[in-house]
Amino acid sequence: MTAGVVGAYGRLADTVRIEGARILATLVRTVGSLPVAEDAVQEAVLAALRDWPRTGVPTQPRAWLTVTARRKAIDILRREGARAAKERDGADLMELAEPDLPPENVVRDDQLRLIFTCCHPALAPQARVALALRTLCGLSTAQIAAVLLTTEPAMAKRLTRTRQKITAARIPYRMPSGAELPDRLAAVCGVVHALYTTGHAPLSGEAALDVDACAEALRLGRLLHDLLPDEPMPAAVLALLLLTEARRPARVDEAGEVVPLADQDRSRWDAALIAEGGALLQESLRRTGGVADPYQLQAAIAAEHASAAGYPQTDWAEIARLYDLLMSVAPSPAAALSRAVAVAEASGAAAGLAALEAVPPGPRWYAVRAELLAREGRYAQAVEAITASLAGDLTAPERRHREQRRASWANGDAARG
Amino acid sequence: MAQYLALTYTDDVDWFAPEQAAGLAEYREFAQRDGGAVLSSAVLHPTSTATVVRVIGARGGEVVTADGPYAETKEALTGYYLIEAPDLDAAVAIAARIPAAWAGAVEVRPVLAWK
Repeated sequence: MTAGVVGAYGRLADTVRIEGARILATLVRTVGSLPVAEDAVQEAVLAALRDWPRTGVPTQPRAWLTVTARRKAIDILRREGARAAKERDGADLMELAEPDLPPENVVRDDQLRLIFTCCHPALAPQARVALALRTLCGLSTAQIAAVLLTTEPAMAKRLTRTRQKITAARIPYRMPSGAELPDRLAAVCGVVHALYTTGHAPLSGEAALDVDACAEALRLGRLLHDLLPDEPMPAAVLALLLLTEARRPARVDEAGEVVPLADQDRSRWDAALIAEGGALLQESLRRTGGVADPYQLQAAIAAEHASAAGYPQTDWAEIARLYDLLMSVAPSPAAALSRAVAVAEASGAAAGLAALEAVPPGPRWYAVRAELLAREGRYAQAVEAITASLAGDLTAPERRHREQRRASWANGDAARG
Repeated sequence: MAQYLALTYTDDVDWFAPEQAAGLAEYREFAQRDGGAVLSSAVLHPTSTATVVRVIGARGGEVVTADGPYAETKEALTGYYLIEAPDLDAAVAIAARIPAAWAGAVEVRPVLAWK
C-alpha cells in the first residue's frame, strides 16, 4: 500500500470509529445492554471497514452504520435468546426496526447518559478512562492498552470486569439529577483530564502510538462542553486542555528532544487554541462568580504562561499566587512542586529551594531541585540531585535532557574547581 | 428492582455494651426511615465470637475449626442489610444513611438474581 492509500484508509477508519461511538449511545438505551450494543456497533464498524474501501463510502455513512448496527443487535439478541430482550421495554426494541435515524436531541441525551455511566464514581478511576476510550472514543482494546501502557489481555480483562460491574450492580443509564450533578460532573471531567494527561506526559518509552490520547481527550472535552454548555466545569476543563495543547508543538524539537518552557519557540504556540481556551476560561469564571475550581485555576495558570511574550516577561508572582489558590482547594504534590518553581522564578532560587522542602521527593522533585541548586552555583549537589531524578521511569527524550544537564553541570563544577 | 447486600464494617463492638446505646439508636432511626427498602438485616456479635470452619481436602474431609474471624482487618464485619433498589445510585443513597457509613464503611454488593 502506498502512503496515500494508508492515509485515506486511516481517515476512513477514524470516521467509522467516531461515528460508531456516536451511534453506540443510542443503541445502549435501545437494547438495554452495554455489551450487546458494543458488540453490535463493533460488527457494523468491521463491516464498514471491510466493504467501504471496495464499494465506496455510502452517501449517508451514519445512516448506513446505524441501520447495520441495529440489524447486528437484533441478530445478537436472537442468538442470545429472549433472555436479554425479556427485560426490555417493547417500545425500545421496536426502535431497532425503525428506518429513521434518531433526532439530534435524542442522540445528545443518549450521549450524556453514556458519558455518565462510563464515568460513574462506583467504577475505579482507571476503569473509567479505559471504558471512556472504548465506548466514547471507539478505540480498540489494543489501542487502549497502548494508550494506558498495559497489555492487551490485561486491558481486555479490565474492560470485561467493568462491563460486568455495570450490568450486575445496575449502574444506571441516565443523566444524574440536579443535586447529584456536581459530584458526577467532577468524575466525568476527571476522566477527560486524566486521559489528556496520559497523552501529554507518557511515563516511559518512545512516543510511538497510532492513537493520540490528547486528541481523544480534546474531542471528549469538546463533546462534553457542547452537551452541557452552561456548566462551568466542562468549560474549564476544555479551556485547560486547549491552553496546554496550544503549547504542545514547541515542547519537543525536530530531533525529538524536550525543550524546557524557558527555551521554547513561542511562535510555534497555537494562537487560535490560546484564544479559544482563554475565552472559555473567562466564560467559565463568569458562571462561577469568581469562586474558582481546580480546573479553572490550572487553566488560569496555563493562560498566564500562554499570554507572556517570553519566559522573562512571565508574571511569576501571579502564577505563584494561582498555585497558592490551587493548593488551598486541591492540594497535590504535583501542584506543590509547580508552586515551588513559580516561587523560585518570582523570588529567587533560594526561595524556591525553601518551598521545595515541604514537598515529598520524587523524580521530578529531584530534577527541579537540581535546576535550582545549579542556579545557586551548587553544581556538585545539582549533579547529585539530577542523578537521583534519573532513577525512575522516564521517557527517552526526558532522560536525554536530564543527562545533558548533568554533563554540563559536571563540567561547570570542574571548571570552577 | 434489584437486591443489594449492604455489609457494615465498623469498630469490632459488642452492641449489647451500654456505651453502644446511642449508636444503636442511630441504627433504629435508619430502620424506621428506610425500613421499606430493607428485606432483612442482622447485627453480629463481635469477631471474638467468630469461628472459621474448613473441611480438609474434599467434601466429607476432616472438619477443622479455628477461633477468630476469617480476615483480620481494622474494621470488622458487624452486620448487614439486604436492600431492594432500582439501581446502584438508589442503593448507594440508602447505604449512605446507614450509620456505619460514617462510623466506618458500608460495602454494597449486588445479589445474584437466579432466573
